[in-house]
Amino acid sequence: MNGFFDIPSDLQHSWWGLIGLHLREALLPVLAGLLLALPLAQLCVRVRWLYPPVLGLTTVLYAVPSLAFFVVLIDYTGQTELTVMIPLAVYSLVVLVPAIVDGVRSVPEETLAAAKAMGFGPVRRYVQVQLPIAVPAILAGLRVATVSSISLVSVGTLIGNQGALGNLLADAQKYDRPELAVNSVITTAVLAVLCDAALVLARNLLTPWMPRGTRTRPRRAGRRELPEAEKAAR
Amino acid sequence: MTSTAKSSWSRTRHTGAAAVALTAAVALLAGCSSDGTSDDPLAGEKADAGTVVVGSNNFAESTLLADIYGEALKAKGLKVTYKHNIGSRETTYGLMKNGSVTVLPEYNGSLLAYLDSGAEQKSAEAVNEAVRAKLDEKLTLLDSSPAEDKDSVSVNAETAEKYKLTSSSTLADLKEIAPDLVIGGSPEFQTRQQGLKGLKSVYGLEFKSFKALDAGGPLTQAALADNTVQAADIFTTDPTIVKEKFVVLKDPENLFGFANVTPLVHKDGLPQKGVDALNEVSAKLDTKTLLDLDAQVQLEKKDPLDVAKEWLKSAGLL
Amino acid sequence: MNVLNFVNAFFSDGAHWHGYDGIPQRLLEHVRYSLLALALAAAIGLPVGLLTGHTGRGGNALAFIATAARALPSFGLLVLIVILMGFGLLPVMIPLVVLAVPPILVTTYEAVRSVDPSPVDAARGMGMRESRILFQVELPVALPLILSGLRSAAVQIVSTATIAAYVSLGGLGRYIVDGLYQRDYEKVVGGATLVAVLALVTLAVFWAAGRLAVSPGVRRR
Repeated sequence: MNGFFDIPSDLQHSWWGLIGLHLREALLPVLAGLLLALPLAQLCVRVRWLYPPVLGLTTVLYAVPSLAFFVVLIDYTGQTELTVMIPLAVYSLVVLVPAIVDGVRSVPEETLAAAKAMGFGPVRRYVQVQLPIAVPAILAGLRVATVSSISLVSVGTLIGNQGALGNLLADAQKYDRPELAVNSVITTAVLAVLCDAALVLARNLLTPWMPRGTRTRPRRAGRRELPEAEKAAR
Repeated sequence: MTSTAKSSWSRTRHTGAAAVALTAAVALLAGCSSDGTSDDPLAGEKADAGTVVVGSNNFAESTLLADIYGEALKAKGLKVTYKHNIGSRETTYGLMKNGSVTVLPEYNGSLLAYLDSGAEQKSAEAVNEAVRAKLDEKLTLLDSSPAEDKDSVSVNAETAEKYKLTSSSTLADLKEIAPDLVIGGSPEFQTRQQGLKGLKSVYGLEFKSFKALDAGGPLTQAALADNTVQAADIFTTDPTIVKEKFVVLKDPENLFGFANVTPLVHKDGLPQKGVDALNEVSAKLDTKTLLDLDAQVQLEKKDPLDVAKEWLKSAGLL
Repeated sequence: MNVLNFVNAFFSDGAHWHGYDGIPQRLLEHVRYSLLALALAAAIGLPVGLLTGHTGRGGNALAFIATAARALPSFGLLVLIVILMGFGLLPVMIPLVVLAVPPILVTTYEAVRSVDPSPVDAARGMGMRESRILFQVELPVALPLILSGLRSAAVQIVSTATIAAYVSLGGLGRYIVDGLYQRDYEKVVGGATLVAVLALVTLAVFWAAGRLAVSPGVRRR
């Protein structure tokens, strides 16, 4: 009983089961983060003075270590998946809001004016013009949020086997079976790469007007674009 | 950004693609969740009525004991789910109180020290009485097993040689030496009576520093073996004591008291036939058996559930 | 159940202010781990990023390496390395460096690449050597972006260095891990507050460094 795929019985899941659990614990928070980020970002775009304080708050939240977040939440949500997923949703939100705001703001004035001239109302303009043009920036944010979320789920093992594939890490220590830790790290990394690739594919499908084979980031004098997208991945 | 003039022609295609991608993502997640919740005991805090939730703390022997007790309950036709690797007693006790966990393998004296740090521990029965008196009214202790696994302060071979400590040395002999030693143990050892607090108040020991490791697990074993710490909290059933020639120091003042394996149960959650089943198991489990089963899990790397079932069979309980 | 009460209780407890488990000691350890990891990551990321950015080659390879490095889970990597190598500072440095190299590397590469080609061509036309072009023309222009890459790497390191405590090292994570097992919320919240404050201080340091190091001509653009 010490092969690479011999998952200890106390995890109560097969290897595939752990993968399913891991994806759920990592991706649902990103989805929730996105759904919250869209209106919040739109608010920040509309009400300009709101953005700096929101940005400051998100920076502080992002600096709170995930484990501390989990521990404080245990009292409210118990040792459950939800306790892991709430902080991950917050981190996703924190990555996505600036990504979306910067993306939507980068839509040129002329384009908006053109849309207005075509009789688009504010809602239609947002959904059919601003949002599609911001897709590359949003997806860059989504990629960062997704990869970091998949990585962070593992820490959940510390609050009572809530870390899906990360639970293999605690068991690797408990039973002194290093191959379980290797399994955990490699499987998690492969999941992250696959999800990242899926998002790149989605971006290509969603932005047929973008030239193929180039990176998303526009090559302008490019000051602020990159750092926001690069931060994260704890 | 690139020119957007051309984007209008592709709008329909684009929204179509978005819809497809979104549907796919939602379907994927929904698929995952439906397949995960059906048999997932970790998903909800409260178990269904009639289901016994057997919990365990974050070390190998606790998982093994939970499996033994849990499988014995299953053999009596009870519905059992497991909640393993929860953490330290500080956490599990709370989960027992609120009913999230029904059965937890405990150690009677260690539990008493947690509930009442000043309590004297004279006999196993007296300890159990004292625990029952202190327990939350919804909880109770069942019969203790003769199997015992205590915390101990052990030193590594190097330290034993340097300070001439043998298996007949006591904790009191550390008084002069302790300021030169780094002691290791689980993070909770730092604040427990059966830990740094008691070592200081009972034996007057003040160590150079404390290094937080794990609950008698591989981190502790490794740190003691490679002399990162010179003394550590090691469980007396730990198979590495023999392997690494650790010296377990005697505890004449009985700080670590009694530590008989004893199930802690939530009264509402366990029917009488379950109580009987657990008492039957405890009666048959002794220290020698526990040592042997621990070695099978920790040294031979067998799966704890298999080890548990095999022993239950051999003892005629399954 | 008020977070602020915990913060207050944690910082007003005198016992938290001295000894090997005191705030100054843990803070110092945390800063030490973070600086060491940042220095190592910069020593790898900056030269490679500058060189590839200057020549404009290897962009795809860099993107690939960065994606792979980012996909590796820090916590998992830490546990794995400790199981394989045992205790020490090195097992903690490896995941932190793996975490910090991608932002530094990719941002530096992009920063140098996106420098306006006309001054570079002018410099080349004046007969400047390639190394001087890189350090005297491209680097000053690219500096704000390079600093931002270092900044996000540093903030991530500060936040992630807490995991060192899980494998029995010190640092501010000690309070969080100990608090989890001791069920002591004061410690958890206090530790998390210190980490967040340290991250903000890191941001402030980089902001100040930007003011000092970036040439005013570049800054104004």
